[in-house]
Amino acid sequence: MLRISQLNAWYSASHVLQDISIEVAKGEIVCLIGRNGAGKTTTLKSVMGLLDKTRGSVLFKGRELMGQPAHTRFALGLAYVPEERRIVQGLSVRENLRLGLVASPQKKREAELIDGIARIFPRLAERLDQEAVTMSGGEQQMLAIARAMISKPDLIMLDEPSEGIMPVLVDEMFELFRAMKAEGTTVLLVEQNVELALDIADRAYVLDQGTVVHQASARELLADSEIKERYCSV
Amino acid sequence: MDGLSFDLIALQLFAGLALGAIYVLFAIGLSLIFGMLTVVNFAHGAFYMVGAYVGVYILMLGGNFWICLIAVPLAVGLIGLVVERFLIRPLYGRGMDYPLLLTFGLSYVMVELVRIAFGKTGIPFDTPDILQGAVDIGVGYFPLYRLFVIGAAAVVLLALWLFLERTSFGLIIRAGARDPQIVRVLGVNVAQVWLIVFGIGTAIAGLAGLLAAPLQGVIPEMGGTILAEAFVVTVVGGMGSIGGAVLAGLLVGVVVSMTSLFAPEMGKVSIFALMAIVLIVRPQGFFGRAGLMS
Repeated sequence: MLRISQLNAWYSASHVLQDISIEVAKGEIVCLIGRNGAGKTTTLKSVMGLLDKTRGSVLFKGRELMGQPAHTRFALGLAYVPEERRIVQGLSVRENLRLGLVASPQKKREAELIDGIARIFPRLAERLDQEAVTMSGGEQQMLAIARAMISKPDLIMLDEPSEGIMPVLVDEMFELFRAMKAEGTTVLLVEQNVELALDIADRAYVLDQGTVVHQASARELLADSEIKERYCSV
Repeated sequence: MDGLSFDLIALQLFAGLALGAIYVLFAIGLSLIFGMLTVVNFAHGAFYMVGAYVGVYILMLGGNFWICLIAVPLAVGLIGLVVERFLIRPLYGRGMDYPLLLTFGLSYVMVELVRIAFGKTGIPFDTPDILQGAVDIGVGYFPLYRLFVIGAAAVVLLALWLFLERTSFGLIIRAGARDPQIVRVLGVNVAQVWLIVFGIGTAIAGLAGLLAAPLQGVIPEMGGTILAEAFVVTVVGGMGSIGGAVLAGLLVGVVVSMTSLFAPEMGKVSIFALMAIVLIVRPQGFFGRAGLMS
């Protein structure tokens, strides 16, 4: 599904990703873990095409993404839920969901798809015409995920979905990721909450200072307290 | 209050609204372009002026005012599309001062080209026959054409509002003005949206120039004056806010109109005094977002 090889990225002069190689197979949940500043968010942004200076190769469903603008990558079936600025101010919940479809070939089925997503996210269903920024942080994050899912992407990249969200909603959210996987959506997840992430993930990559330092199945990593200590303790 | 009856004041208020309607049309384009592209379009006055001259040209060719109403925004909007695509687009990502300087220089080029084509002296622009004369609006007789200007601005505003609120493209514009990155991530080619917004903004500026032509005549420098006044409107209304541009445009029109009645020598100064007061009381303007420029 996704094959990142020898990916390098720069923020102006600083070389923040060095020869990152990551693979995500269809239907998998793959998790990127590591400390703040390890390069997890930068990896997702590079895959989505949001950085000015990157080098290497990113193959998605066999097609090279490097050199393509972000909107083309979306059109190929790639979705990204950023860590910050999740919800657009001044728009209602429904408008935010519609925004997830404006560039999608599924746009004609808008009403039907919004109904469908409302069944998956009952909290949003109750608030469709409310201004989205008046909801709690967790509900806003649910909306951001719903907005990315509504166009039925093949791969969804989530950056720190649980950050700053009440535990009860976090559990709900991770149940949702399981359900997404069951429906065949592939997930690339960046998460600080390592135990929780490894619990639903198939495999994980450990990043440190812009390189991949370790990769293993989620089960192995869960048992490997040394790696977790060394690269993930905050 | 000798000589200044209530009716006279009321009529002057309406005259102010007509003037304000032109400001509103001018300023919503300016505001839309700034809000979306973060381009301070110093050529906006030049597009306004070109709108009036395209009208002059159409009349010279034997067309009438109603043809102008359709053809002028289309022609000026087309020029806007070309300017955005080939002159402004290469400057994105280099900071706000680049497009600002470019449009500033471009406005001089456009004015000079019009001087070459139409001469330096002003050209009178007749009010279309059917809109000549005055109608009784209850407080006295009011020029029909000014009433038409108010109505035309209202129609444009309503159409723009429906476009922004009811269409998918409008949704993209509203979201993109707040957060271009999210819109990009959701598959929208933002560069294309910016192009169209610039085209719409300049088309409305051209229409404003045409509507102003019968009121003020047509000269190559007509854009410079309104640009200065429209910056007052956008600052008072709040940078990037369309609702703010509407309210502040009408307010500035009324203030100019009223001061020219009570203290004609203060006419030009009054709006800058208004701006100073608003900036002291509410630095972000009526509907602006605080910290937008920081």
